[in-house]
Amino acid sequence: MNAEMPSREEMLAALEKRQGSEAVKKLQAATVAVCGLGGLGSNIAISLARAGVGKLILIDFDRVDVTNLHRQQYKACQVGMPKPEALLANLKEIAPYTELETHFEKVTAENAVPLLANADVVCEAFDNAEAKAMLVNTVLENMPEKYLVAASGMAGYDSGNLITTRKVTKRFYVCGDGKSDVADGIGLIAPRVMLCAAHQALTVIRLILGLE
Amino acid sequence: MPDSCFFIFVHMLTINGQSVDAAGKTVAEYLAEAGYNTVRIAVERNEEIVPKAKYAETVLADGDVVEVVNFVGGG
Repeated sequence: MNAEMPSREEMLAALEKRQGSEAVKKLQAATVAVCGLGGLGSNIAISLARAGVGKLILIDFDRVDVTNLHRQQYKACQVGMPKPEALLANLKEIAPYTELETHFEKVTAENAVPLLANADVVCEAFDNAEAKAMLVNTVLENMPEKYLVAASGMAGYDSGNLITTRKVTKRFYVCGDGKSDVADGIGLIAPRVMLCAAHQALTVIRLILGLE
Repeated sequence: MPDSCFFIFVHMLTINGQSVDAAGKTVAEYLAEAGYNTVRIAVERNEEIVPKAKYAETVLADGDVVEVVNFVGGG
């Protein structure tokens, strides 16, 4: 950190100017868990930290790989670092007053409840389809009071306009095109993954503000 | 209005926004017929999750509103 870093008060005042003080107050009081810190999760976390979400719980079992750099919010100099640690370092530079809790471990059906207990909203941001379904079923079955924002379908080069936010039930939302699967060999391209991450982050913010 | 009589006794429910004649089937039976891979989905019935362990014993009823969320890879 250099001497030019704005103070907490300055950053809050700037946020209030842009987003309104009522919204900032609600966002500051919120805790959001981001499960998976890849193309979706790293972008979601940065969006939420910039918007003034008070606390983020960042969870991933993986390390930054050179093949992640085309779409995930890490730097080439961070290859090999645990993703939670690397993202924490980047967030400290972007939004230094966000409270961050990191977990370098795999989310399972067994540890999900204690890991996510303090979150108001849970973001599912894994890349593996079975892991996505596992987390969604675990949260909905065991923590019905949580808001859950998941993602399915953001691979390939199809139009970004196919990516939508679907309200499945009162507390469960799914973003994506619902179809495009990396298993079909269509790859992942940064802006399309970021579009889906932006849908998720916006949905989280709308839920915190009571707009959904 | 004799035509409407045809519809009165048809057991319909809504799955992902579509009317489906699946009343009386279990969730497991419907998912198998529709070709879903059960390790990649979540099923909501009338705003509540159907636990995976209960797919085989949960019987779909007339008027149910069901959402099957299918997850694909990528993130």
